[in-house]
Amino acid sequence: MYRGQSGMWLWILHRLTGVGILGFLFLHIADTYLVGFGADYYNELLFLYKNPPFRVLEWVLVGAVLYHGFNGIRLILMDFWDKAVDHHKTLVQITVVAFFVVWLPAGFFMLKPVFFK
Amino acid sequence: MATQVTVKILRYDPEKDKKAHFETYTVEADPLDRILDVLNSIKWYQDGSLTYRRSCAHGVCGSDAMRINGRNRLACKVLVRDVGGDAGKKIQIEPMLGFRILRDLVVDMDPFFEKYKSIKPYLINYEDAPASSERYQSAEDREIFDETTKCILCGACSGSCPPYWAGPDFVGPAAIVNAHRFIFDSRDQGAAERLSILGEGEGVFRCRTVYNCTDACPRNIPVTKAIEQIRRAMLYNR
Ligand code: HEM
Ligand code: SF4
Ligand code: FES
Repeated sequence: MYRGQSGMWLWILHRLTGVGILGFLFLHIADTYLVGFGADYYNELLFLYKNPPFRVLEWVLVGAVLYHGFNGIRLILMDFWDKAVDHHKTLVQITVVAFFVVWLPAGFFMLKPVFFK
Repeated sequence: MATQVTVKILRYDPEKDKKAHFETYTVEADPLDRILDVLNSIKWYQDGSLTYRRSCAHGVCGSDAMRINGRNRLACKVLVRDVGGDAGKKIQIEPMLGFRILRDLVVDMDPFFEKYKSIKPYLINYEDAPASSERYQSAEDREIFDETTKCILCGACSGSCPPYWAGPDFVGPAAIVNAHRFIFDSRDQGAAERLSILGEGEGVFRCRTVYNCTDACPRNIPVTKAIEQIRRAMLYNR
């Protein structure tokens, strides 16, 4: 094992979320494909997606997209803005704060209708 | 004041061992001793078979890069107290990742130096130097690549780099640092050649900006910054 610092963990998370979103994309293509077999199949599946555990997973998916997006902006800045590397630590902090500032309220609005009816 | 320090070392003898394994030693050491002194003490007084590279013992030759408590460091530049060895913490020492282990802490640096050579780490200038003087360079032009002149080719950066572990053909941060040293040298005319080598699939675009290299470099070279400067030289001067 290598004991990397923040940059290494952010990179691992970026890859995990990237691959995770890609996996969801395939799933989404598969479930939309069900419409071709008739509306009943599709509706039944959407019913399944409405279950509370799926809502939580949806929130995790939103988190993955948000994290991948915010961190992706940080990585793009690093390539194109010459001063970005000098502010590495600050940019990491901004990325993490921005992520939670959006993800936590999103969780509140997404989970409230399911768990506090 | 000397204290007892516990050291856990990853050992591997190709003639005897199928797999590397840890061995633990207790050494009397001063908080201000370096990890290299601790290794010497084990080799000289406990187990002469312990094998590692060292030469200058002062952070100049680049021989003794190894993983100390999970991070690449020069054994001669880390003190026992820096890693809490005097406060009773166990110190773990392993060879660098991304290299073949030859024996104990000694790794095969040949592929590393081949990659270093591949970026043409020497001055390329197709014109003769002025007969009466040296090639002139202003202090400002010299400053541009000052940081990357400091590399001692220890390999700590490349051995800390996930894309380097995963891709045996990736040139790695050390080779890129040394390309930077010439690409931005106003006396050099080989920038285009080096940029085309580093623009290939196994060049600078393999970097995932993980920053382990910048943290590992014992010469405090801003390695990631050098890599990004080369990327921008490619992106903006096409
Ligand atoms: C908000 C939009 C997005 C942005 C800003 C973004 C940004 C980035 C950037 C900058 C990288 C390069 C990472 C690096 O060089 O280390 C990357 C890698 C990647 N992205 Fe995205 N991306 C976005 C959306 C997506 C989506 C929708 C998917 C999946 C369908 C995805 C999957 C991936 C994967 C698998 C990688 C490779 C990870 C790696 O090489 O470590 N991304 N993304
Ligand atoms: S850039 Fe730093 S870590 Fe990498 S080989 Fe040179 S001195 Fe060692
Ligand atoms: S022994 Fe020379 S750098 Fe450590």
